[in-house]
Amino acid sequence: MLTKNNEKLYNFLVPILSIVLGFIFGAILMLFFGYNPILAYQAMFNGVLANPFFFGEAMRQATVLTFTGLGFAIAFKAGFFNIGVAGQVLVGWVTSIWVALAFPDLPRILLLTLSLTAALLVGAVWAGIAGVLRAYFGTNEVIVTIMLNYIALYLTNYLIRNVISTGGNTTERVGPNASLRVDWLTQLTQGSRLNAGLFIAIIVVALYWVFMTQTTAGFEVRAVGLNRFASTYAGMSAPRNIILSMFLSGALAGLGGAIHGLGTFGNIFTQSGLPGVGFNGIAVALLGLGNPVGIFFSAILFGVLDVGSGFLPNRAGVPDEMAEIVIAAIIFFVGANYLIRFLFEKVKTKKTATEGGE
Amino acid sequence: MSETNKVIEMKGITKKFGNFKANDNIHLDLKKGEIHALLGENGAGKSTLMNILSGLLEPTEGEIWVNGEKVSISSPDVANQLGIGMVHQHFMLVDKFTVTENIILGKEKHKFGFMDQATSQKDVKELSDQYGLRVDPKARISDISVGMQQRAEILKTLYRGADILIFDEPTGVLTPQEIEELMEIMNALVKEGKSIILITHKLDEIKKVADRCTVIRRGKSIDTVDVATTSQQELADMMVGRSVSFKVDKKPADPKEPVLEIKNLTVKEARGYDAVKAIDLDVKAGEILGIAGVDGNGQSELIQAITGLTKVDSGSIKLDGKDITNKKPRKITETGLGHIPEDRQRYGLVLQMKLEENMSLQTYYQKPFSNHGFLNHKEIKEHAKQLIEEFDVRTSSEENTASSLSGGNQQKAIIAREIYRNPALLIAAQPTRGLDVGAIEYIHKRLIEQRDHGKGVLLMSYELDEVMNVSDRIAVMYDGNIIAIVNADETNEKELGLLMAGVPLEKAHEQVTETEGKERETVANEK
Repeated sequence: MLTKNNEKLYNFLVPILSIVLGFIFGAILMLFFGYNPILAYQAMFNGVLANPFFFGEAMRQATVLTFTGLGFAIAFKAGFFNIGVAGQVLVGWVTSIWVALAFPDLPRILLLTLSLTAALLVGAVWAGIAGVLRAYFGTNEVIVTIMLNYIALYLTNYLIRNVISTGGNTTERVGPNASLRVDWLTQLTQGSRLNAGLFIAIIVVALYWVFMTQTTAGFEVRAVGLNRFASTYAGMSAPRNIILSMFLSGALAGLGGAIHGLGTFGNIFTQSGLPGVGFNGIAVALLGLGNPVGIFFSAILFGVLDVGSGFLPNRAGVPDEMAEIVIAAIIFFVGANYLIRFLFEKVKTKKTATEGGE
Repeated sequence: MSETNKVIEMKGITKKFGNFKANDNIHLDLKKGEIHALLGENGAGKSTLMNILSGLLEPTEGEIWVNGEKVSISSPDVANQLGIGMVHQHFMLVDKFTVTENIILGKEKHKFGFMDQATSQKDVKELSDQYGLRVDPKARISDISVGMQQRAEILKTLYRGADILIFDEPTGVLTPQEIEELMEIMNALVKEGKSIILITHKLDEIKKVADRCTVIRRGKSIDTVDVATTSQQELADMMVGRSVSFKVDKKPADPKEPVLEIKNLTVKEARGYDAVKAIDLDVKAGEILGIAGVDGNGQSELIQAITGLTKVDSGSIKLDGKDITNKKPRKITETGLGHIPEDRQRYGLVLQMKLEENMSLQTYYQKPFSNHGFLNHKEIKEHAKQLIEEFDVRTSSEENTASSLSGGNQQKAIIAREIYRNPALLIAAQPTRGLDVGAIEYIHKRLIEQRDHGKGVLLMSYELDEVMNVSDRIAVMYDGNIIAIVNADETNEKELGLLMAGVPLEKAHEQVTETEGKERETVANEK
């Protein structure tokens, strides 16, 4: 039958179409308000792709988005909507900085391992709370993780003001032996903040694939996510897999936060809201359709959009707000790829119906 | 024109899904005042055809004529206006609403924006009296029997002005007595000038009520025959396309030591009342124990307790001599249990996963399917291929998702997986529900084979025929109790029907012998 190949083609076409529709919609919006969309998109892509520094920045953003995207995806595979990725990023971020500042004299490899591991664990436990509550008390993980997001936000701000720094809104910068920056990458991208996190991200993409497709644990997570009744009947423990998947989800988000901290910023400062990389991770994962390589590429696209939108005001005369709206529209269409899938299906049945009339 | 007495004519209906023709040039006509059976195997295209008639699907080709006029049924609303109503297999009723509320749903009568309950109840009462459908208009759906729920469902279509009623497998959930009542209702409806299409695989029902029968096979209409002059065997052969045997061939059982010992078992239902009430039950190696009963008398809870999906409240369960009370499902499976679950799509398979993955759903963590936590895809594939071949699961590839298989083949896949593990006890819950004669024949053969290999089989079914033909002993469940255990060759449908309705064994026995005596008398008198 054709269905298997069709399905593959489909899985590839849907995200592409989402992106195209997003751009078209953004273009219509710009036209409507009297801006030149071609100029705008040109500014955006030329700005990023033709300049090593901005390309480096886009890749830097893509690195963190890869983690949040994978983090969201693993919970999603198990049937959960981990909207708390942002909070988990934040606790990972603050943990990594805290550890790095607490042991400034450790050798680099040791300190980095320690900071990253600590961030990973704290992120995992943070998401794990929602997993445990869900598994044993049936609480809705969406509500719990949203609440945990706020706790993470204000706890982090409290720690920054009162524990890690002395009353300021910013912590000290971590020492060079806690930084993920590598000279050759910085030079290659003409001073961008792109860092070794990129390589960790690529390794994690591979590990994610191995876990999901090659291990019995991944098999269980997938089975429980798709049908917890059949899985329970087959002897798998639904609670165990719920907790495991949330734990891993938080671990990835926490690691992403640490890479934001040790790679991008080198410090942490009080936040007025939750980091956008957390929420964009959801869109990244949905666009990548849960496939780790797909997620990596969709993270790059989002990185480019994020950095590229900065060019719209100066080079195309599109104001900041408009640029944000266009990006949001694209994200909307990407996130709404279910809608596109639905439309696709409609068109397809229509087509077969008319074909049948021959 | 003689056409005028035809209320429905479907001419040359073809429906394509991609390259697949679900309906291929089907002809069906329904005369006014007749009961017309639509007979076909699973996946033969009955549902597609009826979905076209009720406006859920549009045909790729073909014409539909209603009352001599060509129509285009583009939506269920249009079907409604044309007087076509469907009595669904799974009732479309709101549990918490009363019968009246359900019937008027979407067509509520109101005064100044307030519901006019009194008038509606009167209307429903009148309508139910007119057709002899005994229902209590004020009763809540959740409080009434399945039979009455079905009557409410029938009333709903009548209230909406249906003249043409489609009954979709209406007897699956009914007791033999309720089936009798339904047949009477159908006859009454026809007398009142309604016309009925009856979708079913049950040949005896067709023989009982239908006037004509259209047989479809693999999307094509094979023939339309007069039921009176066609035998059940002929109908079955037409449906399957080869000669089918109805008799379940089996040797007498050779029961040995018990493999399942249930003592004083009580299981609470989700809402907290006792669903299984202190029952004792044994299944011996080398026998098939059937559990008969109307849906909802504790059978499902009993099976869930044995398989470890529900907590046992008190009592004990031993499998193969080992205590499995409140053990985890995996432990119980490993002790030697195979389970063909009642709801195969929910409990039996992970539909979105590949067939090969489903074939190792319980054994993926064992060698050779995995090693130190890493899956061995090659072994999993080989295993699946072997099962597919040995159990004749029809699929183009083991990499297809389980959802791409037809119902019968999904069931075959589960049976293959469960039997292949060679469990000491095989629980088969409703193993042939919704399957066609060919598949049923096959599944029964496999169950008996399992018995003949000296394994225990626990067969739970709401189909009396199945329980009677396949089992060696039959336990009847009523209201959480096992009210009788009888030998299959010493009982009959009437007795079981009474037992299922809660009549104690002695009384049931009496009644049956009494009526049989009377029948003999009348036959004698007529002579």
